[in-house]
Amino acid sequence: MERRESIKAMMLGSLGTSFLLNGCMDISAEQLQEKIWKYQYGRTPAEMAHDQNLLGQQFFDKHQMKTITRLAQLILPPHEKGSIEEAEVPEFIEFIVKDIPLLQDPLKSGLNWLKQESINQFQNSFVDCSNEQQKSILDDIAYEKEELDDQPEGVVFFALIRDLVLTGYFTSAVGLKDLGYMGNSPNVWDGIPEEVLKEHNMTYDPKWLAKCVDQNTRNEIAKWDEEGNLLN
Amino acid sequence: MEIIENQKKYDVVIVGSGAGGGMATKVLADAGLKIAVVEAGPFFDPANPKQQTQLKWPYESPRRGASNHRPFGDFDTAYGGWEIEGEPYSHVGETKFDWFRSRMLGGRTNHWGRISLRFGPRDFKGKDRDGLGENWPIGYDDLKPYYDKVDQLIGVFGSKENIPNEPDGFFLPPPKPRLHELYFIKGAQKSNIPVIPARLSILTKRINNDRGICFYCSQCNRSCSVYADFSAGSCLIFPAQKSGGQVDLYVDSMVKEVTVDENGKATGVNYVSKEDKREYSIQAKVVILAASACSTARILLNSKSTQHPNGLGNSSDLVGKYLHDSTGSDRMAFLPELMNRKRYNEDGVGGMHVYTPWWMDNKNLDFPRGYHLEVWGGMGMPSYGFGFDANLFNKFFGEKVGGYGDHLRADVKKYYGSLVGISGRGESIAMKDNYCEIDPDTTDEDGIPVFRFHYIWSDFEMKLDFHMHDTFEEIFENMGGIVLGERPGADKDFGLHTPGRIIHEVGTTRMGSDSKNSVVNEFERLHDVDNVFIVDAGPFVSQADKNPTWTIMALAWRTSDFIIEELKKQNI
Repeated sequence: MERRESIKAMMLGSLGTSFLLNGCMDISAEQLQEKIWKYQYGRTPAEMAHDQNLLGQQFFDKHQMKTITRLAQLILPPHEKGSIEEAEVPEFIEFIVKDIPLLQDPLKSGLNWLKQESINQFQNSFVDCSNEQQKSILDDIAYEKEELDDQPEGVVFFALIRDLVLTGYFTSAVGLKDLGYMGNSPNVWDGIPEEVLKEHNMTYDPKWLAKCVDQNTRNEIAKWDEEGNLLN
Repeated sequence: MEIIENQKKYDVVIVGSGAGGGMATKVLADAGLKIAVVEAGPFFDPANPKQQTQLKWPYESPRRGASNHRPFGDFDTAYGGWEIEGEPYSHVGETKFDWFRSRMLGGRTNHWGRISLRFGPRDFKGKDRDGLGENWPIGYDDLKPYYDKVDQLIGVFGSKENIPNEPDGFFLPPPKPRLHELYFIKGAQKSNIPVIPARLSILTKRINNDRGICFYCSQCNRSCSVYADFSAGSCLIFPAQKSGGQVDLYVDSMVKEVTVDENGKATGVNYVSKEDKREYSIQAKVVILAASACSTARILLNSKSTQHPNGLGNSSDLVGKYLHDSTGSDRMAFLPELMNRKRYNEDGVGGMHVYTPWWMDNKNLDFPRGYHLEVWGGMGMPSYGFGFDANLFNKFFGEKVGGYGDHLRADVKKYYGSLVGISGRGESIAMKDNYCEIDPDTTDEDGIPVFRFHYIWSDFEMKLDFHMHDTFEEIFENMGGIVLGERPGADKDFGLHTPGRIIHEVGTTRMGSDSKNSVVNEFERLHDVDNVFIVDAGPFVSQADKNPTWTIMALAWRTSDFIIEELKKQNI
């Protein structure tokens, strides 16, 4: 067995049982194990059990998932840098509504509103409308109506789903890359790049810089004199 | 209920494994004493892959790091929070206090901001200046040698600045400022507000061969897997064990009370095991409480006996009184000059590279104590919430907010890294009327009576906070920023956070030379019982505007030295 596979088997062995016994699952045991394996992020046993419980349930039905996916595609159209499918945005939204139950009613009733609106306008559910028809529905709810104190249900719903789609995308592997986030990796910070300083008409004060770490000697064990002056 | 007795006899039992308990463990174990450390939460080691969150990506969490479980997000390393299932607390009337607890080895040191400031000479003698609160029975000179030792043992970066009330120490060199920090320096200096390099307990340079050096992931709140930041487990307790110390860890063990003999002297502690819910006892010559200011006060008040009918150490009736947290308020601004930023890795260390210590003279102000400023911003790693109201700043350019499609994607990228925040953290006045006490009506899941709180901010804190917002606005304007949000009014306490939210609660077992007016003496020993010591922030007489950790550890070291001497002289 590959090392990764054996670790996986070991972790799943210790993870799966508590949940598998309690039985309230909407997906197969195999599917659940795949999902659990994806999320290894230093959980306590109680947190792990909570995640497993949610990962084993399905909140949105197939039609609702299709609608969410289509909305997400319209909010962030496929792009060479990444798509909402690659970012697993629909899966994220499915999870987060189970984890933050306050989101459930607004999303479910919003999806119902959208379905009804599509039928009223185009005699079709949203996913079965044409691209142009879908956009024409969105154009009416994608901006706040400044003249109103209370925004219509469609506007409130769209703002919510847009937030979830954007946050889901930009916290994914492709989204982070698309954004250009370059951190979360071991490195040695040695100040702002020269061309950036120039662009902002900034300079480092030489007196300040003189206090800062010389990254060439960071590996030498620090020594001080009795007054606390660093000697190396 | 039957209490299961531990057959081993210890020299010292230490309750709690955070900054104070960790330091006491290290100093006393190095002196050859036999020690039991009792911790309410599980064992934790940031280097353990099963517990590690450092360098995880947001998508490794199914909720993308959201903060609905752990209050600072999924990857923050505090097992607990302001609310813990099974461990409730209550309030007197409509008053508010939020009580943060972290149940794990190392406690809150695993996730804290690492801001490591010494109290200065003025901070110990506030009453001399304004007649408020109480002076400490000790001064800066008493603690200076211990601050020096803490600096060298643990490591703190900073710079020599010769500012009278911001004593310099044995510093490692600080990292260079980030771009938004240069804007902050420029903005502050325009108003003659000083800015100096931050002082954080993060290793920018090697201090020994057991700990790694910072690799600039900015995730100190996740607890560093190479031990390059200060956490009490990785920097005090593990080294104490590694160098051959006789340290037994009792984890998942919630201390209920301190036990006493017929003369009222402490004999050890009783605790409830989180695993089997049974009650156990540990005996020791000396009991050190380091469970955090409020948890320690709770243990004392729950330790009632015929010898100590009012609770242990509570003949003054002051255990739980004078509870005070730092004041805190924050504001954000949008900096148009930071739009369309060139991308590079500017994670840096966990937290700010620069800050502003208190710079004014309160004689000319309508509030008595000071505050410091912390700055934040930059191109940080997105997590849940990033992208909400994605193009809200369009309104500043007369453009439409909202929409969908490719322009939205472009807007997110355009504004990334253009948000800057300033947080003010100030000194509140310790008041007898701000207190915690046993709630006679409720017990927790372990059957232990819970605490209830009474806390009201005074005019002093409101006025200080009002001044903070003046400062925030002035600096942001100097920086070319657009201040976001309305200035909070009287209905929102002027933006002052609920007490307990800054997680610097101190003062519940305050130090003094008069046993009628204080709970412990200047060596943090209970006036009433000579073999019980408190080494968390309970003994703080006043808070200063500074994060308490460095002072907790300097005091704990000084107290541990005193205990070693007393044991040698057979006075305990």
